[in-house]
Amino acid sequence: MTFDRRAFEAKGYLVAPGFIDLHVHLREPGFEDSETIETGRRAALRGGFTTICAMPNTEPAIDSPGLLRELLGRGHGVKGARVLFVAAITRGRKGRELADMVELAGAGAVAFSDDGSPVEDARLFRSALEYARASGRPIIEHAQDLVLSAKGVVHEGAVSARLGLPAMPAAAEESAVARDLTLAKLAGGRVHFTHLSTAGSIELVRRAKADGLSVTCDVTPHHLAMTDEWVAGSRAFAWEGGEGAPGGVPYDSSTKVNPPLRTHADVRALWAGLEDRTVDAIATDHAPHASVKKDVEFDRAAFGISGLETALGLVLGGVRAGWASLETVIDALTTGPARVLGIDRPKDDWVVIDRDAEWIVTADDLASKGKNTPLIGRKLMGRVVATVVAGEVRYEGAVRAAEAISPR
Amino acid sequence: MKWMRRHVLDTDDWSRAEIEAVLDQTRAMVEILSRPIRRAPPLRGRTVILFFAEVSTRTRVSFELAAKALSADVVNITATGSSVEKGESLLDTVRTLQALGGDVVVMRHSSSGAPYFVAQRTESAVINAGDGWHAHPTQGLLDAYTLREALGELDGKRVVIVGDILHSRVARSDINTLVPLGARVTLSGPPTLVPVAWRCGQLPPGVTYEPLLDRALDGAEGVIALRLQRERQEAGLLPSLREYTRVWGLTIDRVGRMRPGAPVMHPGPMNEGIEIDAAVAHGSRSLIERQVTNGVAVRMALLYLLAAAPLEERA
Repeated sequence: MTFDRRAFEAKGYLVAPGFIDLHVHLREPGFEDSETIETGRRAALRGGFTTICAMPNTEPAIDSPGLLRELLGRGHGVKGARVLFVAAITRGRKGRELADMVELAGAGAVAFSDDGSPVEDARLFRSALEYARASGRPIIEHAQDLVLSAKGVVHEGAVSARLGLPAMPAAAEESAVARDLTLAKLAGGRVHFTHLSTAGSIELVRRAKADGLSVTCDVTPHHLAMTDEWVAGSRAFAWEGGEGAPGGVPYDSSTKVNPPLRTHADVRALWAGLEDRTVDAIATDHAPHASVKKDVEFDRAAFGISGLETALGLVLGGVRAGWASLETVIDALTTGPARVLGIDRPKDDWVVIDRDAEWIVTADDLASKGKNTPLIGRKLMGRVVATVVAGEVRYEGAVRAAEAISPR
Repeated sequence: MKWMRRHVLDTDDWSRAEIEAVLDQTRAMVEILSRPIRRAPPLRGRTVILFFAEVSTRTRVSFELAAKALSADVVNITATGSSVEKGESLLDTVRTLQALGGDVVVMRHSSSGAPYFVAQRTESAVINAGDGWHAHPTQGLLDAYTLREALGELDGKRVVIVGDILHSRVARSDINTLVPLGARVTLSGPPTLVPVAWRCGQLPPGVTYEPLLDRALDGAEGVIALRLQRERQEAGLLPSLREYTRVWGLTIDRVGRMRPGAPVMHPGPMNEGIEIDAAVAHGSRSLIERQVTNGVAVRMALLYLLAAAPLEERA
């Protein structure tokens, strides 16, 4: 079926360019019980994403041109979102020696990242930035001082004090951002900070941009919507304020994510960063996990939230609360990430959105293998009606979509 | 008041009336324990499973005595030598517990929050006997009971908790029990061993922080010293044990700064000569042995409240 946007607009839906996600984990190869390229691509379509960037923390890691070429050849013919690959900065993501970055860029890597295991060695990170510059690709940096964050599993603050959980301070992220900015200035490479989560990080990037540094950043929908009170059982979105929402259970491992859910003040700072364009993109950090990794004690559970399919509902909640304009968030989901990657937005990729559709998130309803989200059972407002890739309708939502799509 | 709770996971959301209901029940249990034959029948035919995934002798034995004093059948699942040690997941253990069908599961676990995990997945009543750094509700209740024996009503009374607050489930449960009863709590200890939020003004209601123990003790009505784990020094959180003892150790002189006769408590096991002098631990102000005795009574009270009625009749 070819796509006729006028038919949708006539129904009062919002038609936007297809979303681009700079940060997803597809788990293939190596962890196919958590996600595959195919299930991840289908989940992306349901969330309105037409292009997703897969992180290289697979087994083996995506650190060689051969593996990258092989992965790029997988899954053609499956109806899903486009997949781009981010390659590892260092061989095996071990932080000891650089991967063949120029060759990897030649093979199709759109960026480089040791996501989850940030390069601790400052000299090596400087070299990586210099190579990134030479290869014309950005470094996507997960900023975390691993010594300072130690064995932390939640944000260090009033909630960690109450719950008695090992915690990581905001400074573990901010000091890494500060170091990386200093090195980026030295090496001249382009650094993109992913999933920034603290007010201090946003302020550092704001100042670096004002100084003319070539730096960009993204934030996640969950950090825009949830606070560390969710770990203590709250299920109130940041904009709903106070104690209101019906409680979840404390220590639910679906709220365990890295960087951790932060405070209300941090959430406000992320939205302010979006509004003044300090924040370039919204990226999901979609981190699906098989239940065996999550259905354990909180401190032993894997970090991560399955986020592709709930991203839109979360950010539209903030828009409805007046925390940012619709234009801002749509830009951060489309042209923003395209700018970060230095690519042109695919012209015939579209998403059709019903902003008023209410739906309850259920595990069965998620196309992703990862059901690990604290939003199960929660009501979201705003849903994808249809997703179009290369002019082809590759996903249609249930009832209202059927009535809306006019064939040919 | 009518007892409505199915589990005892944390006392952080308990009302004063609920805490007092347990303390009243405890008084009845103390009476049973003072009889020549320390046994009553209310839990006959009920099964209490003691699931201790972290090594413990004192608390486990206390619960075992409590359950047996109420005529319950007691089953032990301990960490060492069990499937838990062989790498069985908590989920598998829960399935086993569920299949065994105990009326009450008493659990100790090194992970904060683990009792919530178990309570969500079993039909048994769950009593938290200590989880990670989070909570040790029966210790909080027995400390409150012991303090009330010594001081009467706690309204307006100021109690000092000194030591490794950050890693202490006892401190958290003491706060959650003493404050609703009207006490004011002063925390004291090295800055590295007190949660940063609590050092920087985001303290729970009724709680203050005074780094120096000498000042914290001035005019206080009681003190609870916490056990100092030696590995805190190895982790770089303390310059030396010697300095800790000099600044935060309970000595006869320091204890004298409190109101006359103000009691000294410790959850045990003690490092005598580090956080507390032997002369204080075994001196006239010490309620430490009284805590042990009351511990059995408090645990009897909770087992009674959770399990005396048949399972299906409970909320």
